Amino acid sequence: MRLLLEKRSEHSQLMTVISPLIAVALTLVTGGFMFLAMGLNPFEALYVYFLEPLKFFWTFAAEDFWPLEQLAVKAAPLVLIGAGLAVAYSANVWNIGAEGQLTAGAILGAVVPVYFTDWQSPLTLIAMLALGAIGGMLWAAIPAFLKNRFGASEILTSLMLVYVSQLLLDWLVRGPWRDPAGHNFPQTVAFADWQVLPVFGESSLHLGVLLAVIAAAALAFMMARTLKGFEIKTLGVSPRAGRFAGFSRAGSVWFCLLLSGGLAGLAGIAEVMNTVGQLQPKISPGYGFTAIIVAFLGRLNPLGTLIAGLALAISYLGGEAAQVSLGVSA
Amino acid sequence: MNKMMMATAAFALALGIGAASAAADKLKACWVYTGPIGDFGYSFQHDQGRKAVEKEFGDKVETKYLENVAEGPDAERAIERLARDGCKIIFTTSFGFMDATIKVAKKFPKVHFEHATGYKRAKNVATYNARFYEGRYVMGEIAGKMSKTGTAGYIVSFPIPEVIMGINSFMLGAQSVNPNFKIKIVWVNSWYDPGKEADAAKVLFGQGADIIVQHTDSTAPLQVAQDQGKLGFGQSSDMIKFAPKAQLTANTDNWNPYYISRVKAELDGVWKSDDTWGGMKEGMVVLSPFTNVPDDVKKMAEDSVAKIKSGELHPFTGPITKQDGSTVGEAGKSLPDEELLGMAYYVKGIDDKLPQ
Repeated sequence: MRLLLEKRSEHSQLMTVISPLIAVALTLVTGGFMFLAMGLNPFEALYVYFLEPLKFFWTFAAEDFWPLEQLAVKAAPLVLIGAGLAVAYSANVWNIGAEGQLTAGAILGAVVPVYFTDWQSPLTLIAMLALGAIGGMLWAAIPAFLKNRFGASEILTSLMLVYVSQLLLDWLVRGPWRDPAGHNFPQTVAFADWQVLPVFGESSLHLGVLLAVIAAAALAFMMARTLKGFEIKTLGVSPRAGRFAGFSRAGSVWFCLLLSGGLAGLAGIAEVMNTVGQLQPKISPGYGFTAIIVAFLGRLNPLGTLIAGLALAISYLGGEAAQVSLGVSA
Repeated sequence: MNKMMMATAAFALALGIGAASAAADKLKACWVYTGPIGDFGYSFQHDQGRKAVEKEFGDKVETKYLENVAEGPDAERAIERLARDGCKIIFTTSFGFMDATIKVAKKFPKVHFEHATGYKRAKNVATYNARFYEGRYVMGEIAGKMSKTGTAGYIVSFPIPEVIMGINSFMLGAQSVNPNFKIKIVWVNSWYDPGKEADAAKVLFGQGADIIVQHTDSTAPLQVAQDQGKLGFGQSSDMIKFAPKAQLTANTDNWNPYYISRVKAELDGVWKSDDTWGGMKEGMVVLSPFTNVPDDVKKMAEDSVAKIKSGELHPFTGPITKQDGSTVGEAGKSLPDEELLGMAYYVKGIDDKLPQ
């Protein structure tokens, strides 16, 4: 008897569901063995790493809420950027430079505290957020223009602009924007109370967290229910079919880059306002790059990025928790 | 299925662990490092201090640390995590943790914080630093004697007063033996980046320097010196193992006595916020044994160390000529500490423009 291996025309439904679970299980087992090799109890280590931040859900103790807050704060920029990238990637627009757009947003948003230090009005925050988004969009407009006009790969141009923006930031905080009272240290003036986003109660949950959730939900709605979403998906799956339907490839490149860039810029200014409190040479531990993983882990679904963002935030924070509780090296 | 079982097992186990750790009644002393403790430089040296505390107080204290904490957005959370974890005294060991330390200290008035190399204090925040410039002056003297090309290469991180002070002190020491001494400078914009540091060392050697000095934390520049048959100085920690033929001496930080005294104060309940800036006299700055130098150079260096300890020699004694030709300081008098801590100019003879 001859055995024939034939490729399925579609993935089996069972595998679609359980393959992520298998991946997670394999990760846990591998991680467990690594902890074991380091002479630690693997169960304890995995608990500290992955479950302790979520302790609040079964203890409901007030002091356990803090890790959860931190998780949400950490996940907010990842979700905000990741949701935008998920849309862009669905259209085959490969914006790799969200980190640069984040930086550009932070820079433009900081124009308010740096140049209009004393301007105190309800519009201050709105101006800062708007400028942040615009900064990100402007930075993303460069690869969009180069792509549409010259056919330059946005993968390369957006990535290279990351370094440009970081050097620009570096120059600003060491040069023209340096705090004159700051002992020559490379940083701008600290943002005043009215230049940071409001927080909920006594917590560190700020408005940016809410913005991230809203953005993810709105983009999920757009992708699932609107013509724009259909256009993006169509152009992503089959550019030819999209053209026959009258959709413009150039238009979708503009739209996707401006959208994802704007959200990255928003994440940048929100992060600078509430977690850093001023501009300094380094304002992000690489959220723009991590958000690429978030977009894919969320299966390019904006709502999926909510979960994926939290998962990656856990991996950021779990490393710290493991250092404190287990004394392992980072 | 497997995953479920593991989660359940982990969960069950965790309940047990939580109960066990709550019973401990030791003083928790904690540290935050910006680099990895394996940098064999700055963070390594702070961690030696932590270990000294453990050794000194045995089971009266429990120590914890967080390493590789980026200066900036993550610092505040890292420090707060330690405060929430029950740490009673927390040492934040890098300049960039200053604002984060102050912010967390406000939230935890009962926890005592100690911030290294900064200038912001509060009721529960003390600051401490070492007079690294003292060691750098002597290193400059050695370089002035040992360099054949009369040029040292200097690898630096950030143009903050601490670093500029070190460059100037080194230069003043070198000029005291060779008035025509030159320094070439490369900024790597990082405290710890072995790759960039090694590249910088290669460039500087290529430009005619034959001695390397660094204000960054890895052993990479010294290893390049060793490979190329050039000379150099260790930073923060004795790096002789990594460059037995190249290291002339190392400007080592010895935090052990300070950490022990502060933790003791905490144990005795007499901790107070203050500002400590100790140097060679207090044993916070120690030059490691002088190696690869002839006897007369060794003698000169040892004499200088003795003079700095006795107070007879202060590296910044006026008048000091700045790069632009103007002078600061009165003749025969040393610059006051506030002026040192705000230093934002080069002394004459340095072939570089301060990044503006």
